Amino acid sequence: MTQDVSIECEPGGFTAPRDLENESFLKEVALAFVKNKVAIAGLCIVLFLVLIAVFAPFLTPHDPYAINLDEQLRPPSFHNWFGTDKFGRDLLTRIIYGTRISLVIGLVPSFISMIFGSVLGIVSGYYGGKTDFIIMRLADVMIAFPSLLLAMVVMYTLGASLFNIFIALSLVGWAGIARVVRSQTLALKEKEFVDAARAIGVKTRVIMLRHIFPNCLPVLIVMFSLGIPEAIMYEASLSFLGVGAQPPTPSWGLLVARGKEYLFSAPWVAILPGVAILITVLAFNFMGDGLRDALDPYMKD
Amino acid sequence: MFNHIVKRIVISIPVLIGITVILFIMLNVIPGDPVALMMKEHVSPDVIARVNAQMHLDDPAVVRYFRFIIAAVQGDFGVSYKLNRPVTSLILQAFPNTLILAFAAAVFSWCIGIPAGILSAVRQYSFIDNLFMGFSLLGVSMPVFWSALLMQYVLALKLHWLPVSGFYGFKYVIMPAIVLGWSSAGIIARMTRSSLLEVMRNDYIRTARAKGLREIPVIIGHALKNSLLPVVTIMAIQVASLLSGAVITESIFGVPGVGRIAVNAIQSRDMPLLQGSILFACVLVIIGNLVADILYSFLDPRIRHEMQEK
Amino acid sequence: MSGPQSSILQVNDLETRFFTRKGIVRAVDGISFAVGKGRIVGIVGESGCGKSVTSLSIMGLVPSPAGKVTGGSIIFDSQDLITLGSREMCAIRGKDISMIFQEPMTSLNPVYTVGRQVGEALRIHAGADKNEIRERVIEAFDQVGIPEPAARVNAYPHQLSGGLRQRVMIAMALICEPRLLIADEPTTALDVTIQAQILELMMKLRDRLDTAIIMITHDLGVIAEICDDVNVMYAGKIIETSDVFTLFRQPAHPYTQGLLRAIPSITTPGKRTRLASIDGMVPNLLHLPAGCRFQPRCEAAMEICCRREPPLVALGDGHRVRCWLHQKKGESK
Repeated sequence: MTQDVSIECEPGGFTAPRDLENESFLKEVALAFVKNKVAIAGLCIVLFLVLIAVFAPFLTPHDPYAINLDEQLRPPSFHNWFGTDKFGRDLLTRIIYGTRISLVIGLVPSFISMIFGSVLGIVSGYYGGKTDFIIMRLADVMIAFPSLLLAMVVMYTLGASLFNIFIALSLVGWAGIARVVRSQTLALKEKEFVDAARAIGVKTRVIMLRHIFPNCLPVLIVMFSLGIPEAIMYEASLSFLGVGAQPPTPSWGLLVARGKEYLFSAPWVAILPGVAILITVLAFNFMGDGLRDALDPYMKD
Repeated sequence: MFNHIVKRIVISIPVLIGITVILFIMLNVIPGDPVALMMKEHVSPDVIARVNAQMHLDDPAVVRYFRFIIAAVQGDFGVSYKLNRPVTSLILQAFPNTLILAFAAAVFSWCIGIPAGILSAVRQYSFIDNLFMGFSLLGVSMPVFWSALLMQYVLALKLHWLPVSGFYGFKYVIMPAIVLGWSSAGIIARMTRSSLLEVMRNDYIRTARAKGLREIPVIIGHALKNSLLPVVTIMAIQVASLLSGAVITESIFGVPGVGRIAVNAIQSRDMPLLQGSILFACVLVIIGNLVADILYSFLDPRIRHEMQEK
Repeated sequence: MSGPQSSILQVNDLETRFFTRKGIVRAVDGISFAVGKGRIVGIVGESGCGKSVTSLSIMGLVPSPAGKVTGGSIIFDSQDLITLGSREMCAIRGKDISMIFQEPMTSLNPVYTVGRQVGEALRIHAGADKNEIRERVIEAFDQVGIPEPAARVNAYPHQLSGGLRQRVMIAMALICEPRLLIADEPTTALDVTIQAQILELMMKLRDRLDTAIIMITHDLGVIAEICDDVNVMYAGKIIETSDVFTLFRQPAHPYTQGLLRAIPSITTPGKRTRLASIDGMVPNLLHLPAGCRFQPRCEAAMEICCRREPPLVALGDGHRVRCWLHQKKGESK
C-alpha cells in the first residue's frame, strides 16, 4: 500500500485564513495551473479573444454594420474571408465585433451573480434563523426553475435587448452560488478562529469580510470561471431565439439565427459564428477545469 | 418508506408555490398594461379601460394571483391571446411530443454516456480516455442550436439520410434526440468516469481482488453499482436541462412540443400560453427531481435501512 | 525455525519499487524470509518500513502502474508467484493464499450483504451451488464466532460493528481453507478487548486448519501474543529474523532493542522511568543514508556503519541479524 511509502504529501484543506494571505497560496495555485497544458491552451485562446475584442476596429477594413446589397451572401473569398451575410456585411468582421459582446456578456453577469450570491450566502449562513430561511427558500425556487426558461421569462418581462440579458443572466446565476457560499459559511462559522475573532470584539461585518469570505474564494473562483461559458451560451441561445440581442447587433447567437434561413444555400453564415461560440466556450471550460484542478486541495467540499 | 416519499412531496410544494408567485409577478405584474400591448393600433384610453375591466385586469395583483391559482388547480390556465384556444388543451396536445423527444434524448445519453464513462475510467489516461473526455467537453461546449443546424445541414440537406424537420415518425426523432441528448451524454460520461475512478480506490475493491476475482468481475460486480449511484442524481438535473434544450431543439426541428409553444408564445407576446407552458415545464422538473431522489434512496441500502428504521 | 522442506512460502531477495514523479522509491529492497507450514510468522516495523508492501507483493496486489515487483522470487507450491500471469494469480488468491486488511469498516462493499460477499469466494473457487454456499457461509460465520450466523448472513456491512466486520473478513479469507493467510494489521483499528478476541480466534483457526499466517503489525504486543517467528523490517530491509522467544530475550539489532525498550512496563522494579524512545525518524525512502539505514539513529554506530551496508549474518538457530556489531560472530548468510 502506498501508505507505507514515505512520499511527501501536501497538507489538505484549510485550517486558518492565514494560508490565503500567504503568497505561497497564489504561487502554488499558479504552479499547478501552469502544469496543466490544456488549461494553458484555454488561457491563451482567451487572451487571444480579448485582444481581438479590444483591437477589433484595427483588425478589419470592413464596417460591421455597413449594408451592401450588391454583395449578398457571397461565399468565403479573398476579399471576404468568411463570406458575407444577407445584407452584404462581411461575416468575419461581424464575428470579430461579436467577440466584444460575448466576452462582456460572459464576464459581467457572472461577476454580478458572484457578488450578489456570496453576499446573500454569507449573510444567510452566518446569521441563520429567519434570514437564512427566507433567502434559502428563495434560492430553492430559483434553482428549481430551469435556467434557460427563467432567462426567457425575464427577457419577456423586461423586453428583448442586450442590456436586459445582463439582468436576466445575473438572476439565473446567484442562487447556486449563494447555496455553496452558505454551506462554506456554516462550516467555517464553527471554527475556532471565528470564535477567537468574536472574543476579541471584531465586528460581525469584518469577520464576514476578512475571515469567512477569503475561505470561500477557491470555490467562488471555480464557479465564476465555469459560469462564464455558461453565460455566453445562454446569451447565444436567447439571441438565437429572438429574445436577446436585436439586429443589427452582431451577437453570435443572432448571427446564427439570421443565417438559419439560408442554411442550404449559404451555410457559412450560420455555421461560422457557431464555431466562434464553440471555441470561446471551450477555451473558458478548459481554463475553468484547470482552475478547479489547481484549487482542488483548497476546497473542503 | 412511504413517509419518506410523502415528506419529500410536501417539501416540494412550497417551491412550486414560490415558482408560481415569481412567474406571476414577472408575467402579470411587471410588464404593465397587457391590453395596450395587445392592441395593434393606437386605441383610445376608454376602450383600454373597458377591456381591462372586462378581463378583470384592473383588480389588485394579489386578487389576480389567487384567481389564477384557483383556476390553475382546476386545470384552467386561461385562453391563448393569439390562438384563441384554451392553454391547457394546447399544452396537453403538445406534451406527448416533448415527452417522446426528451425520453429518446435521455435514453441516448445513457446508452452513450455510461459505457463511455466506464471505458474511460478503466483505461484512464489512455487514448480512449482522452478521446471520450474530449468529446464530452465538446458536447457541453457546443451550443445546441448550432449542432442542430450542423446536423441538419450535413445529414438532411446534403446527405438526405434523415428528414430536415417535422415529427411524423421514428426517423424524425433521431436527429433532435441526438442533438438534445449530446451534452447530457457528455456530462454523464464525465460523472460516470470520475465516480468509477473514486470507487475503484476504495478498500472493498482491494478485498474483492484479494478474493481472487478477475478485473472485469471486480468492475462489473463491485465497482459499478456503487459508482452508478451518484449518476442517478444526474438524472434529476437532466430533466431540467432536457427541457431547456427542448425549447431550442423543437424550434429548429419543427417538433410540435411544449418548448416550441413557449418560444412562439414569447415571440408573439402571448402571456397565458407562456405562463402555462413554463409552469408546466417547472412542474415536470420538480416531479423529475422527486423521482430521482426516491430512486436514489431505494438503491442505496444505507439510506433504505435508515428510512425503514424510522 | 523450520527448515526449507516444510516451509510453504519462501521469499528470496524480493524487491518492490514505486515509480513516482519525485523518484524511485525502493519500498522493499531485497528481503528474504520463509513461512513454515502452520507457523505464525510476524513482520514488525514502523510505518513506512515496507511491511504492507511486502504482503501486497506476495498477493500480486501492488498498485500498478506506479508500483512493481522488480526482483527476487516468491516460491509457493514450487511456483514462483512473480512469474505467474493474472489469471493464475487470481486462482490462488482467496483459495490458497488469502489476505485480511486493517480497516474492517471500509473493506466490505456497502451495497451487498456480508453473506453474499463471503460466499463469493466459494463461488469463484469452488463453484458450489447456492444452497451449499449458504450453508458453508453460515458454518464459517459460526466458526469465527459471529452470533446468530443464520440471521447475520443477510446483514449489510453498515449494520455490523467493527469487530464483527473483521470476523466477517476472517471468514471470507478462510472459507476456502487456504494454506497461507496474510493478516495486515488486522487488529490495529479495533478496540483492545476486541483485539484480544480476534487474535485468539486466529490462533484457534490456525490450530484447526493448519493454516500458516503472516502477521504484519507495528505492535510488539501482538507479536509476543501469537507469533512463532518474527522478522523485523526497517526502511525496506529485514534487519533481524528469529523465533519469538529469542527476539524478546536476546535482541541482536540495536533497532530491535530500542523497540523493546520503548514498551512501557508496569512491573519494572524501582522508580518509574521515562518512556524510552528511539531518536530520530524513519528515513525518507527517496533519500536513504549511505551505509546502514539505521545508522543515523543508532547509539552504537561505528565508522563502518556510515560507509557500507551490513550483510545479513547468521547467529545460530535461525537467528539472523543485519548489523556490523555482529559481523565477527557469525558468517555471512
